[in-house]
Amino acid sequence: MVAETNSNMISITLRVWRQAGPDAPGKFVDYPAANLSTHMSFLEMLDVVNDGLTLKGEEPIAFAHDCREGICGTCSCTINGKAHGPGHGVATCQIYMRAFRDGEVIVVEPFRARAFPLVKDLVVDRSAFDQIIQAGGFISVRTGAAPDANSIPVPKTDADLAMDAAACIGCGACVAACKNASAMLFVAAKVSQLGLLPQGQPERDSRVLAMVNTMDALGFGSCTNQYECSAACPKTISHDFIARLNRDYLAASVRSAFKPVSSAAGGSG
Amino acid sequence: MNLAVSIFGSTIGRKIIIAATGVILIGFAVGHLVGNLQIFEEADRINGYGAFLHQLGPLLWVARIVLLASVILHIWAATVLTLENHAARQIKYGVKHTIQATLASRMMRWTGVVVLAFLLYHLAHFTLGFTQVATYKENLPLYTMVGDYRVAGFLAVKSGTQVLDVRSMVILGFSQPVVSLFYIVAVGLLSFHLLHGADSLFQTFGWRSQKWAGALRKLVIVFCALYFLGNLAIPGAVLLGKIPVAESARAAVRP
Amino acid sequence: MAKLDSKIPAGPLADKWRRHKTEIKLVNPANKRKYEIIVVGAGLAGASASATLAELGYKVKNFVFHDSPRRAHSIAAQGGINAAKNYQNDGDSVYRLFYDTLKGGDYRSREANVHRLAEVSVNIIDQCVAQGVPFAREYGGLLANRSFGGAQVSRTFYARGQTGQQLLLGAYSALSRMIAAGGVEMHTNSEMLDLVVVDGHAKGIIVRNLLTGEIERYAADAVILATGGYGNVFNLSTYARGSNVTASWRAYKRGACFANPCYTQIHPTCIPVTGDYQSKLTLMSESLRNDGRIWAPKHQADRLKPPASIPEADRDYYLERMYPSFGNLAPRDIASRAAKRVCDEGRGVGETGLGVYLDFADAIKRLGEPVVRERYGNLFDIYHEITAESAYQQPMRIFPAVHYTMGGLWVDYNLMSNVPGLFVLGEANFSDHGANRLGASALMQGLADGYFVIPYTIGDYLAGQKPGARPSIDAPEFKAAAENIRAMTERFLQIKGKETVSHYHKRLGKILWEHCGMARTRASLEQALKLIPALREEFWANVTVPGSAATLNQSLEQAGRVADFIELGELLCLDALTREESCGGHFREEHQYPDGECQRDDEKFAHVAAWEFQGAGKPPLRNIEPLNYEFTKMSVRNYK
Repeated sequence: MVAETNSNMISITLRVWRQAGPDAPGKFVDYPAANLSTHMSFLEMLDVVNDGLTLKGEEPIAFAHDCREGICGTCSCTINGKAHGPGHGVATCQIYMRAFRDGEVIVVEPFRARAFPLVKDLVVDRSAFDQIIQAGGFISVRTGAAPDANSIPVPKTDADLAMDAAACIGCGACVAACKNASAMLFVAAKVSQLGLLPQGQPERDSRVLAMVNTMDALGFGSCTNQYECSAACPKTISHDFIARLNRDYLAASVRSAFKPVSSAAGGSG
Repeated sequence: MNLAVSIFGSTIGRKIIIAATGVILIGFAVGHLVGNLQIFEEADRINGYGAFLHQLGPLLWVARIVLLASVILHIWAATVLTLENHAARQIKYGVKHTIQATLASRMMRWTGVVVLAFLLYHLAHFTLGFTQVATYKENLPLYTMVGDYRVAGFLAVKSGTQVLDVRSMVILGFSQPVVSLFYIVAVGLLSFHLLHGADSLFQTFGWRSQKWAGALRKLVIVFCALYFLGNLAIPGAVLLGKIPVAESARAAVRP
Repeated sequence: MAKLDSKIPAGPLADKWRRHKTEIKLVNPANKRKYEIIVVGAGLAGASASATLAELGYKVKNFVFHDSPRRAHSIAAQGGINAAKNYQNDGDSVYRLFYDTLKGGDYRSREANVHRLAEVSVNIIDQCVAQGVPFAREYGGLLANRSFGGAQVSRTFYARGQTGQQLLLGAYSALSRMIAAGGVEMHTNSEMLDLVVVDGHAKGIIVRNLLTGEIERYAADAVILATGGYGNVFNLSTYARGSNVTASWRAYKRGACFANPCYTQIHPTCIPVTGDYQSKLTLMSESLRNDGRIWAPKHQADRLKPPASIPEADRDYYLERMYPSFGNLAPRDIASRAAKRVCDEGRGVGETGLGVYLDFADAIKRLGEPVVRERYGNLFDIYHEITAESAYQQPMRIFPAVHYTMGGLWVDYNLMSNVPGLFVLGEANFSDHGANRLGASALMQGLADGYFVIPYTIGDYLAGQKPGARPSIDAPEFKAAAENIRAMTERFLQIKGKETVSHYHKRLGKILWEHCGMARTRASLEQALKLIPALREEFWANVTVPGSAATLNQSLEQAGRVADFIELGELLCLDALTREESCGGHFREEHQYPDGECQRDDEKFAHVAAWEFQGAGKPPLRNIEPLNYEFTKMSVRNYK
């Protein structure tokens, strides 16, 4: 990142994908934006452009955002061909105008994937991620049934690694950056977080099988081991977890094919 | 869950198929190269080796079927995944910036297709004799073994046996610069294919991690370079006239 | 006039909750599935409540305006969650956590609620660990703790600087599990715009589908609001841009009392404002105060000098000077006001003069950079992204910012508002933090309410409701409410004025920050109470909302929220004006000790002010719930 503290003013041209709705035709539209402070965040720049559009009686650019501090995972656009734009390990909301040059044309597009259908302008529907989690991204524990927290020691190295994986914010940048629109990094992160912890062992096999099958059914692509996902990830989640997911999936497939099942299984629900 | 369904029916399963068949094919490619490098020794070596392989009979066919199945599965899985991957993003980006994907990884589909074309040609050339018929091994005078050819100490081909003159076929074949050039380009692309593939298969099997990814990468680069140089050596040496062909063979093809 | 019965159970403090649980009514398992419960919001409180109620067998419908239940702003809490586990063997106990929280709240919360919170805190940690929340651990594999403001023990559990995220994802995973099991019907992109009250009971909500614009009606046997705080009334805050008061405010307009709106928390360690365009202030976790030292130059002349060039003797470590026993870990309200005082004296640093230093030079010297990086690396990274400065090399510049609201809808001990059937959880209610919240207590409260309180207490209400007796969505109350919302939506689009919604939000924020911010006076509040109604009128005459109501329209969403903020802002100032004392986050300059500390008036103001809507244009009614301290003595807070 550029190390500068003085506020400079820049002017840019914003080339934004505008699309009124899921089935409407879309196109790039240019908007000039002048006299922007370099301390301004990228989304604040969009706010300013939108205020201008509103006052001109035009519809502002719809874009997803919420916490504006890089943790909620709502913001999602591709800036100059990169998911979340020019930073490393940050979300769109953490991009500042100091990352751009005066006079630059900035191309802004929605995350594109069949599994993330477009809603409007830069907003896409990422509920596919929720469906993947619903397929098994949890530990089945009823409220109130938990043993004392310290009765389950977890080696610090495992807990730290689980935390690395758990840092995923569910933004979908991995899908957006992957040339195959694959959700492997997202799935891998959740499978690894729970698979690394002793609490996650009872459902480890069923979880990985169910989550991968759901991922496939939702129309995400597959992994070709290029690691664009982890390079674009705002939490720099490592593709090591994808290796782990592959291993877990293979092991679970083999185990579930040969492991005997109790004849009484599945009775009580 | 049914193992076949979870392997053939899932994206990860199909990638595992690519990786597993990749291992078989890499194993073959390496074995094939090592065998072929015997061309630099006396004629007995490679001709004995060729005769030995043919003697294997049913075993040779088992190997051929495994290899053929591997190639088919490798291509099938890659094709299915590629089609799915295209379908997974129907509307392309107006601007797409690649952050770190290697050139090799981005060229896999193209290097794969060229390697397949080469493979077909290579089989047509040296195994089936559809091209360069005149220098095909079965059309050359037989070679008489000077000494015994032993494999792991066991006698495989006795001295005095008349065998196909594989060595001359290869040398005569590569004496044509166009053929050699195509061969060199193709093995170059194959090495490039392996530059991603040999690394990638560790990831697919789940054996790769940041801890040794750097070392693995170096290992793969060295492997691919050696593989390329090994393959380059044969047509290279022929073109430079470093490996003379047996006069009897040359005479047989002289117009 | 609303009846405010706190329903605090009788008996010794430590037995109240246990006894209450055995005495309240239960709903038998076969009947539970006959009850439908609406939960609005899926932050810590809403997600945990939805999951737990569904586990019990109730049919739950959850509504969020976000595109996913994983986005709620609980996710942004950095530092940690308190629990009286005493794993550190440093003398912690349920009573100490209770006492610290009560004292931290400047004796303006209910003893019974706070004690219950401290009791269930231990269960929360167990629950979260079982869910796979990767809390920080020691080398032996057991849980690690750190200390936080307002406490002299280490009782804060944390997951790096992302504790809120991890706890929320834990609750979200529990919720996801119940969605998959069919126990919860999830409605994303659905904003609650009205509460439907039938025969005096909350029986449903009106929702706008944010993608299609459809106005939808949903009926239930009970409604739970877990919709968070209202800090965005100040426009600039550490809240998410989408955080809003609309659900609570519309419930208020349907009769639910709004308690103590003037209790707003200003967090001492945020990144200072840089310009007019700014949309958001970013918090630097309180945990930084464990190792960072806060200072400002002693002399005005030094305020623009590079900090490294200011010698030790010319630095004023004012928190350590003023509060030697708590030092840099003084509670938030106190630390914030101290920063304001320093800046008011003209010693503030940075271009705007609104900033003080949070310095890690000593910590780096003492612990080494790697340790500091391990503890706070992600926070330093955030700071660097925003300011392009490295906190490893120079001190951070920080300034207080609105961070949390202790006020909220009034609830009784069962977390039910004065409207029967309407329950309010988490930050949206007023119950546990009094006039100031201690660090790492918000996560605790949200999860306590959702996992361990509402699952018991809602049964007490539902047991009195006939199963399956909820009204139909075709009842006249539903139709009228939906019609009303449709008309309001249309009205926004018809104004076609000259200013944007954000323009009015900014102006409202400035009025509140200047007149009702860290320090308030009678004159400033009276001024605000003139400015806000004028702003409201101008807003309704001159705002412009482009687009249509039939699609995703973010301007329209924002218009409704800002309209509610303007009305709430007025109530907030009115509450601040009426509360003639200083306590916690509410600081009236007229009421302070000579050393500048809060001067409470326990004689006149040891009560909850619960405001009741009386109709548009009429002043709201101020109801009172006296705070009876049976077990602890209200004393002057002392952190010296």
